[in-house]
Amino acid sequence: MIQFHDVHKSFGARTVLDGFTLTIPDGQTTVLMGFSGSGKSVTLKHIVGLLEPDAGRVLVDGASVGDLEYDGLMRLRARIGFVFQFAALFDSLSVYDNLALGLRRQELPPEEISRRVAESLRLVELSGSEERFPAELSGGMRKRVGIARAIALNPRYILYDEPTTGLDPVTTAAMDELMLRARRELGATSVVVTHDVRSAFAVGDRIAFLHQGRIRLAGTVGEVRETADPLVRAFIEGRPAMGERV
Amino acid sequence: MSGVREFFVLSGRWVIEGRRALAQGKIWRPLLFAQMRKLGVDSIPVAVFVAVFTGIVLALLSSYMFTRAIPLYFVGTLVTKAVMLELGPVLTGMALAGRVGANVAAELGTMRVTEQVDALETLAISPHAYLVTPRVIAAILMFPVVTAVAMAVGVLSGWFTAVNLLDLSSVEFLRGARQFYNFKDIWFGLVKSASFGGVVATMGCFQGLSARGGAEGVGHATTRAVVLGCQAILVLDAFWALVLL
Repeated sequence: MIQFHDVHKSFGARTVLDGFTLTIPDGQTTVLMGFSGSGKSVTLKHIVGLLEPDAGRVLVDGASVGDLEYDGLMRLRARIGFVFQFAALFDSLSVYDNLALGLRRQELPPEEISRRVAESLRLVELSGSEERFPAELSGGMRKRVGIARAIALNPRYILYDEPTTGLDPVTTAAMDELMLRARRELGATSVVVTHDVRSAFAVGDRIAFLHQGRIRLAGTVGEVRETADPLVRAFIEGRPAMGERV
Repeated sequence: MSGVREFFVLSGRWVIEGRRALAQGKIWRPLLFAQMRKLGVDSIPVAVFVAVFTGIVLALLSSYMFTRAIPLYFVGTLVTKAVMLELGPVLTGMALAGRVGANVAAELGTMRVTEQVDALETLAISPHAYLVTPRVIAAILMFPVVTAVAMAVGVLSGWFTAVNLLDLSSVEFLRGARQFYNFKDIWFGLVKSASFGGVVATMGCFQGLSARGGAEGVGHATTRAVVLGCQAILVLDAFWALVLL
């Protein structure tokens, strides 16, 4: 389980998280929605310790991320797969090595690494791409390799940062299916950051709406779909939020 | 004041991270030879180019200065001493600060702004162990090698110039070169160049990993890496002259 307790985070004079509190239950997909620049990706980076809160605590499986020593943080990261917005593949490495890098760090035998790489690429339907380099892949393929890199670690948690941003509708639907399949086959707890409403409804069990540094609304997909909150309704329906400060 | 404090906090963090990364040989050792080739062997043409013209200019300048007052065979002395003690290590260091410092800062800066460094961290791999340590060690090991080549080429080009343009025989040039030769001249230059390698690579890594804000940020980081690398070389040069001479 991942818990945020009254987390505050600022960058200079700009407050991004302002008393952010949220519990992400195990075994489900929680979607974090909100306007652009609302702090969704910042929230995600707190879970793996890429950012530290100015105040408050982030707990993963009961351990406070900010209080972990180096080894503890490395062990925590080994349990989490992170899918970056623009994939963040290592340019100088082939697809195989991109996937194998984290597995080598876990000191798995070479046969096991090969098996896991092949299995992960099969899951994202990119078998046979092992020798290609990121520069040779389309945007959608890069994102799929990014997902494959995350799931190759067989993680307990998978964090997706804007997985469908910049993709055409068909590829977006394929990515949604991929996230659902990854959860089905791995049973991992997923956190998806997105402002793509259709995608959120397709992959989420629960949705939390982040606004002005804190959770404005959290509930099941059905609850959020039926909400009367004018700001969230405006977001879902894709129309201007009259009278609300975005 | 907060800038100074931030600098010391960041430097302290780098020292701690660096010590931890050094212990993670399983991560950086397999990458070391590739970096030695990239930062060292691939830099030899630049260093040779600089050394050739340094030798030529030194020979011509010294003959100009020594006209009538000092025997011409001292051209050999001046070329050898200047190349080994100062111009070989420093000019090679400067040339490599441009090539290596810019290369490292641009590469790591691009990795930083495209979240590849964050991706490494999420894979439980320390960027200091994977990116910084192999580059810094490779530069410390390879700068002296490149400098040694540059020294040899600089002296040879000085000799070639003296023999062909100054009416000086090889025997006279060698006589001058050997007259004040001291073994310390060689290791002094090589020790200096190792320290230049360390500081140039560290500066490139530091600036690259500190890059922010896309292509413009990478450009700034690269410029800072080269400028600060060159400045650091000059400061270290004075330091070694004080300590070792």
